[in-house]
Amino acid sequence: MTATTSPSLFLRNARLLGRMVDVAVADGRIASVTDSGAGCTPAGTDAGSGAAPAGAESIDAKGMVLFPALIDAHTHMREPGQEYKEDIASGLAAAAHGGFGAVLCMANTKPVNDDASITRDMIDTARRHWPHGPRLHPIGAATVGLKGTELAPLAELAEAGCVAFSNDGAPVPDTEMFRRCVEYAADQGKVVIDHCEDPYLAKGAHMNEGETSGRIGVKGQPDIGEALHVARDILLADYLKLPIHLAHISCRRSVELIAWAKQRGVPVTAETCPHYLLLTDKELLGYDTKAKVNPPLRTDDDVAALREAVQSGVIDILATDHAPHAAHEKETPLDEAPNGITGLDTAVALTWGLVREGVLTEADLIRLWATEPGRIFGLPVNGFNVGDPADFFLLDPEEKWVPSRGTMHSKSLNTPFLGKELVGRVKALWLGGVKVV
Amino acid sequence: MQHAQRPTWPHKDLLDVTQLTRAELFHLLDTAAQFHDINRRPVKKVPTLKGKSVVLFFAEPSTRTKTSFDVAGKRLSADTFSLAKSGSSLSKGESLKDTALTLQAMTPDIIVIRHSSSGAAQFLAERLDCSVVNAGDGWHAHPTQALLDCYSLRQVWGDTFEGRTLLILGDIAHSRVARSNVHLLSSLGVKVRLCAPRTLLPAGVHNWPVTIFNRLDDAVQGVDAVMCLRLQLERQQAGLLPDLREYAQRFCLSPRHLAMAAPGARVLHPGPMNRGLEISSVLADAPESLILDQVAAGVATRMAILFLLATRTGIEQTADNGGRA
Ligand SMILES: [Zn+2]
Repeated sequence: MTATTSPSLFLRNARLLGRMVDVAVADGRIASVTDSGAGCTPAGTDAGSGAAPAGAESIDAKGMVLFPALIDAHTHMREPGQEYKEDIASGLAAAAHGGFGAVLCMANTKPVNDDASITRDMIDTARRHWPHGPRLHPIGAATVGLKGTELAPLAELAEAGCVAFSNDGAPVPDTEMFRRCVEYAADQGKVVIDHCEDPYLAKGAHMNEGETSGRIGVKGQPDIGEALHVARDILLADYLKLPIHLAHISCRRSVELIAWAKQRGVPVTAETCPHYLLLTDKELLGYDTKAKVNPPLRTDDDVAALREAVQSGVIDILATDHAPHAAHEKETPLDEAPNGITGLDTAVALTWGLVREGVLTEADLIRLWATEPGRIFGLPVNGFNVGDPADFFLLDPEEKWVPSRGTMHSKSLNTPFLGKELVGRVKALWLGGVKVV
Repeated sequence: MQHAQRPTWPHKDLLDVTQLTRAELFHLLDTAAQFHDINRRPVKKVPTLKGKSVVLFFAEPSTRTKTSFDVAGKRLSADTFSLAKSGSSLSKGESLKDTALTLQAMTPDIIVIRHSSSGAAQFLAERLDCSVVNAGDGWHAHPTQALLDCYSLRQVWGDTFEGRTLLILGDIAHSRVARSNVHLLSSLGVKVRLCAPRTLLPAGVHNWPVTIFNRLDDAVQGVDAVMCLRLQLERQQAGLLPDLREYAQRFCLSPRHLAMAAPGARVLHPGPMNRGLEISSVLADAPESLILDQVAAGVATRMAILFLLATRTGIEQTADNGGRA
């Protein structure tokens, strides 16, 4: 026992990276992590499972997998302005039940988060509804109104609590303007997150351009529309020696460019989303608007490249790009439907599925969903070291569940996984030692 | 004549030619042939669909196809109603779902839909109990056009589709007519060629069951039929073509080209034509042209479709067409 005060929580027999551990929490921090039955348990008691120190709530986590609370670096919370799709309270509910201790939210709200008062209001709203977390970290608009023509007040936004800047939702096509965003953000110690998309190649498109789009007669956007801007950003980051984070990478061509950049030591980082590791544009053969997302679902070859890239670290992190839309907005012909799928509720189960498949390991999940996003955006992560924030969740690795109104907490249900059986369920989340769900 | 049983028609809707088996296709064409005979009689009306109602919901303008369905319905004594986009609440921002539910509440037997969104007909069909006929959805499918083209070719070729060569000429990328015809005709053993500038070819076309040409002189060699597609003039503004003169010089089908085709080669066009742009005017009116036959075939084919969907049965089969499938 190294904690100075007596533990408030004692979690027994949890599986952490293949090890059976007992975790003691005191003052909202990790007080000890010991092999089950060995650590602070007095000799001779209850072999294989430690007894709780006096006064601590004791929880037997037998059969459960223990993870640090995750960070989702890319969500759309829709508040202010489109609360019928999602609001901060419901978005954080989805995050909490999804195992997330922190979410970053994009600036394309209505009004746009290009003003410190909006940033502060978002943070206040989050604290009011979820005082113990999940914590909401706004991403400020890189340009005023996301118009791409004028720098937003990045210093003021950073002071108000923005952890990064992005024009996501309306990527900046003007490379000179984008360069100034990256430079000015760097002065605030913040990274710019870019949605890589050539606006000309993507114009009027509703899906990936390829075999499927040709077959079903829908205008597509080619993968090079993304890769062109990935290349632009890599060259820019190399030239400026400043970091740029590449959002929701969807294709092999981008992965190859990023791998090249990293070999050269260019300070770019990148994310992809669970759906790009699991689905292809064939989901749209029946015009399923729930699978309409931007960047679009690509091909089997892209899925294979992305899976390799998350294994090898070429893609640094996973993010959901949680983009809720109301049912009536998606219940239209494909070309009228908005882009986006929800992700907070399903992210852990979907990526746990990849662990079950042998594509990822538990350590990969922790790296992709916690350690690396924490490093890139300067947020605390529970590494299960003494003194780390007691932010963690328990996953039932075998529980089967079906995403539906009854099992999800987002206001919107626009996910192509709706109604499909998933395995792996978040059972409880503690943030700062407080049980949140 | 066998009166014992009427075969059932298994489909609620006609959304795409891909849903039809070969047997169903020939049954449909045979049915159309019987209706074609009715259209040549002095009294061109039969009471077959008396009391049935057909809604013509054309959210994208089309005089030709709409009239064809209207005539087809009326000759079967069905009541036909038109709902144009400009006259409907769609133009007031109503969603297609709400329009669909409104239509449903009027309890029609069949809704014929033309819509600019690919997949719109399927969208309706998934939500409505009545039959839905796709009269053209976006760039996706135009099954009744492909069926009437097939009918027209059958009148010339008989049942020997296998081994024939057909050239589809023009804007393939944005053509639902091309997509439906490529599928239907290649499934019958027709060797399909496509000819267009690369800017007017769809993504993934190299995996279609077709041979691709970008020079008309090469494409037309030895073909048994050429199907010209209407060129949408706005393709030029969209940056897909330089000026239309250049297009016409290279891709307009002329008698000179037809001379390079197989003897007896025929010309088709789904209409309306841009004379002198995708088809030379003289060729449009030449004896080789099947264009007016296509119009007549359109009414007969659509009568067959409405009949099969409204009754969900086949007509009584004659002994000689039973084995064709
Ligand atoms: Zn984005």
